[in-house]
Amino acid sequence: MTKPFLSIENLTQTYPDGQGGTMTVFENATFGVEKGEFVCILGHSGCGKSTIMNILAGLAEPTSGVVVMDGREVSGPSLDRGVVFQNYSLLPWLSTLKNVSFGVAARHPEWSKAEVLEHSRKYLAMVGLEGDVIHRKPSQLSGGMRQRVSIARAFANHPKLLLLDEPFGALDALTRGTIQDELLKIWGDSGQTVFMITHDIDEAILLADRILLMTNGPFARVAESVEITIPRPRNRTAIVEHPNYYAIRNHLVQFLGKRSKELAGQASDGATQSPETVRIDLTDAADEPTPEPRLRAVNT
Amino acid sequence: MPSLSLNQRALLLSVVMLVVGLLAWEAAIPAQKAVGELTEYERLTGGGVPKAGVPPPSQVIAKAWQELSNPFYDAGPNDKGIGIQIGYSIYRVLSGYLMAAVVAIPLGFLIGMSPVAYKALNPFIQVLRPISPLAWMPLALFIIQDSEASAIFVIFICSIWPMLINTAFGVAGVRQDWVNVARTHELGHLKTAFTVILPAAAPTIVTGMRISIGIAWLVIVAAEMLVGGTGIGYYVWNEWNNLDLTSVIFSILMIGVVGMMLDAAFASLQRAVAYAE
Ligand SMILES: Nc1ncnc2c1ncn2[C@@H]1O[C@H](COP(=O)(O)OP(=O)(O)O)[C@@H](O)[C@H]1O
Ligand SMILES: [Mg+2]
Repeated sequence: MTKPFLSIENLTQTYPDGQGGTMTVFENATFGVEKGEFVCILGHSGCGKSTIMNILAGLAEPTSGVVVMDGREVSGPSLDRGVVFQNYSLLPWLSTLKNVSFGVAARHPEWSKAEVLEHSRKYLAMVGLEGDVIHRKPSQLSGGMRQRVSIARAFANHPKLLLLDEPFGALDALTRGTIQDELLKIWGDSGQTVFMITHDIDEAILLADRILLMTNGPFARVAESVEITIPRPRNRTAIVEHPNYYAIRNHLVQFLGKRSKELAGQASDGATQSPETVRIDLTDAADEPTPEPRLRAVNT
Repeated sequence: MPSLSLNQRALLLSVVMLVVGLLAWEAAIPAQKAVGELTEYERLTGGGVPKAGVPPPSQVIAKAWQELSNPFYDAGPNDKGIGIQIGYSIYRVLSGYLMAAVVAIPLGFLIGMSPVAYKALNPFIQVLRPISPLAWMPLALFIIQDSEASAIFVIFICSIWPMLINTAFGVAGVRQDWVNVARTHELGHLKTAFTVILPAAAPTIVTGMRISIGIAWLVIVAAEMLVGGTGIGYYVWNEWNNLDLTSVIFSILMIGVVGMMLDAAFASLQRAVAYAE
């Protein structure tokens, strides 16, 4: 059995609960992400999504378990894993251009200054930032523009894995839509592997190849891996017409609304916790089981 | 006056207050009679010698004009131009201050980065900081055996604390997100310190530096009164011994003006390193 590109193995995170005991965020979580895949993880606030992402980024150490990427165990942060933080995390004393170029210079120390700037401008242009704007400080940009800078900074470094923590959480719906399209476009051109946290179901369906569903914590589990059986390229107005769209959406709503609570709070007793694969495809009813029996199977 | 801006109105009011204040001061000083108008008796009882009273502002202005038109003359140990005296004071302040910065900023970095260093050094800082800088003077004079160096040491010891504490505070308070940005870009320790932590903490550090220079300028006057020889503090004390109150008032004003300029320099440095989040 070959390992996936990114393999999360028996990941456990506990924190002191403040009363002398420990609180288990998740236990023995095990799942994989294939190369070039776009995976979204959905779950209620506080279930441990950011904790998982920080571990994948190498910014935090799990209590136990390992993360293996491309055959190498993750220990500490690396330029191979780019991160887009929820609050953008731009350096406020640097201009927009410098915020991108300092990262590019770190990635390519052998490049000349002109090459670094050229490359940075190119990636800023990809997210629609050109002209005078790139000399402004982050405080002079709108929230949407800041997040674009953050995305450009991450993509400009060609990380093998791109991690995004609720990148559009603070943006209005219109801006969010435009940046989602830009993200899809750059991802499509680059073929990078993306792991993204979101709490927006429609966003997840639009962007992801696969959605991981997390139950509520403590003892949260990555309970299901839902394949998004809608062909690409996708566009937000067209996908709602697809026969699978509402079936998938209903499944996700059901999970987040009801089953994420029902499945919560179960200790693993040491067993590896892998997500159940769920494939909902109404276009090919002959070969595939209908979603209903499949869902019941997951519940057992 | 709708045509005047807020600043213009404030300036106008300042000028009015200054003029009214000076006129009131001038009017409050009884005029001294010229020697020719004195009676025999008055002359014999010393009335011809100008009385050591508070001088009127007109005299202070005349004195200022005279001193400032030739600030760098040097006519012996007790008679030097105001420019030379201020120059000595600034030299001492800057020497002590720069030495303090060289020690305080790196040490503050260390304390800010390392909780262990913070805990270990905190008790020393807490005890040493509240000591009046002048209390060090006898010890400094005894150990260093040089009044010039002792004055500089006193400046060093009083400027170190605000810089040390603010640097530590600023460095410890750098947002974890920014540090994480450095980490995910694999910046080394030194690179992180200079490209992320220093600019992030710079506003707090410069605030500490500004407080320090203010304290140093307060302390140098007192220190020079003690060690004597040269400097604006010595000048004030010397003129007081000469009962030349005009010069005393003039030098007090000069201390204020120089202090203001030092502060303004740091205020512009503060603006240069400020950033909006
Ligand atoms: N440093 C920490 N110390 C203690 N508890 C923490 C810490 N970080 C996160 N937690 C807890 O872990 C749980 C998961 O947090 P997080 O991963 O941020 O959730 P999510 O991103 O899914 O909203 C929460 O209950 C949170 O309170
Ligand atoms: Mg989170």
